[in-house]
Amino acid sequence: MSNPIQDKGNTGFWGSLKDSPSTDEFIKGLWRDNPVFVQVLGMCPTLAVSNTAINALAMGLATAFVLLMSNILVSSLRNFIPKQVRIASYILIIATFVTMTDYIIQAISIDLHKALGAFISLIVVNCLILSRAEAFASKNTIGKSVLDALGMGIGFTFALFCLGAVRELLGNGSLFGVPFFPDNFQEWIVMILPAGGFFTLAIWLIIFNATKAKKATT
Amino acid sequence: MTESKQAPISAAGNSLKMLQAMVGIGIICALMIVLTFQGTAPIIKVKKAEALEKAIFKVLPGIDKTQTFQLGPNDSFAALEGEGQEGKVAYAGYSPNGELVGVAVEASGQGYADIIRILYGYDPEKQQVVGFYVLESKETPGLGDKIEKDAAFLANFSGLEVSLADDQSTLKNKPVTVKHGTKENPWEIDAITGATISSRAIGDIMGASTEHWAPLIHKNKEAFGLKANENTQK
Repeated sequence: MSNPIQDKGNTGFWGSLKDSPSTDEFIKGLWRDNPVFVQVLGMCPTLAVSNTAINALAMGLATAFVLLMSNILVSSLRNFIPKQVRIASYILIIATFVTMTDYIIQAISIDLHKALGAFISLIVVNCLILSRAEAFASKNTIGKSVLDALGMGIGFTFALFCLGAVRELLGNGSLFGVPFFPDNFQEWIVMILPAGGFFTLAIWLIIFNATKAKKATT
Repeated sequence: MTESKQAPISAAGNSLKMLQAMVGIGIICALMIVLTFQGTAPIIKVKKAEALEKAIFKVLPGIDKTQTFQLGPNDSFAALEGEGQEGKVAYAGYSPNGELVGVAVEASGQGYADIIRILYGYDPEKQQVVGFYVLESKETPGLGDKIEKDAAFLANFSGLEVSLADDQSTLKNKPVTVKHGTKENPWEIDAITGATISSRAIGDIMGASTEHWAPLIHKNKEAFGLKANENTQK
């Protein structure tokens, strides 16, 4: 009661659309709270499926879709789900959207489905999605949750693409399957193997933190 | 007293609420999955058929058209027209001038992670496996999934001997996976280092499947060949 602005945000179904839905909800996932580079969440798909740019992009978009849909549903049901069974409910909701995504990807491209393999079903246990459901969507309005999911989803896709592009370039000498280097380029096979994922992620984290530190000092 | 009386009532109310929430969400989720499944099933079926045809062209080099054959009673094959693939089928592939190049057969078996489904091409004239393709596998990325793309491993299947024994109903030598670098005979499959279980699984699938199919295909060689002639006459 003491804070009328906060109360207003929780009253209506679309409450936050009437308040100014701050663009900050969207922007924070892209850079400041980037799920991979800052929060270091969802490492399993990040390291495993980022061996080519196209796989990374597809995985990022699939995760973003599941994140968006589960955030919408969790947020709209937030007053209906009792506290004791909330985690079970979130998992059920997330698993549903993952199953749907699995069918949709099969319908789009069998080859892509083959490349992503077991990792589509593993989106269920991607802690990024559960953490957004628990930490954000269950406490905020649909409008805010959509923005949050879009920001985090795009941030995740962007991070995965950063890894995938570097790994494909060095490990396969191509980008999106198109040869990039002259013929005599010697591929760094290690980069498309799991170890390459760790190397690339470490290098990106160094770059990210170095830029942040520089920004902080100036 | 009042507290202890109220507690069970509110607990029961809570349980009901929890039950309602879980059942409600369960129904919504089930409905969404069913709708998506129904919506995508026909598209996936078409795409899978396309992928299978592409795979047949991959495992039987140099073919120009294919014909599906169904294994009927008495171990005889009959050409299958149109839809409705039920029971055991084999796909014959023909060269542009109508000659039988080989027969593609689907096989599956337990891999390291899940069932592996493969397609291989068998040439009854040369009595060899001439091509191999993984249709579906969930093997460990980076290790087990090398069975799909490791060039040295795939080279095993461009001339894997599957000769029939003198009685024409068993194999002289069943294809088998051997340790990497110890392949000596043309019916052995050289395993991948670091993917031993997946390589062995492929060997087992190949062995079991060829043992069953090779004598059958050989017996019905004429049936496959005849169909091609009919087609060319048309």
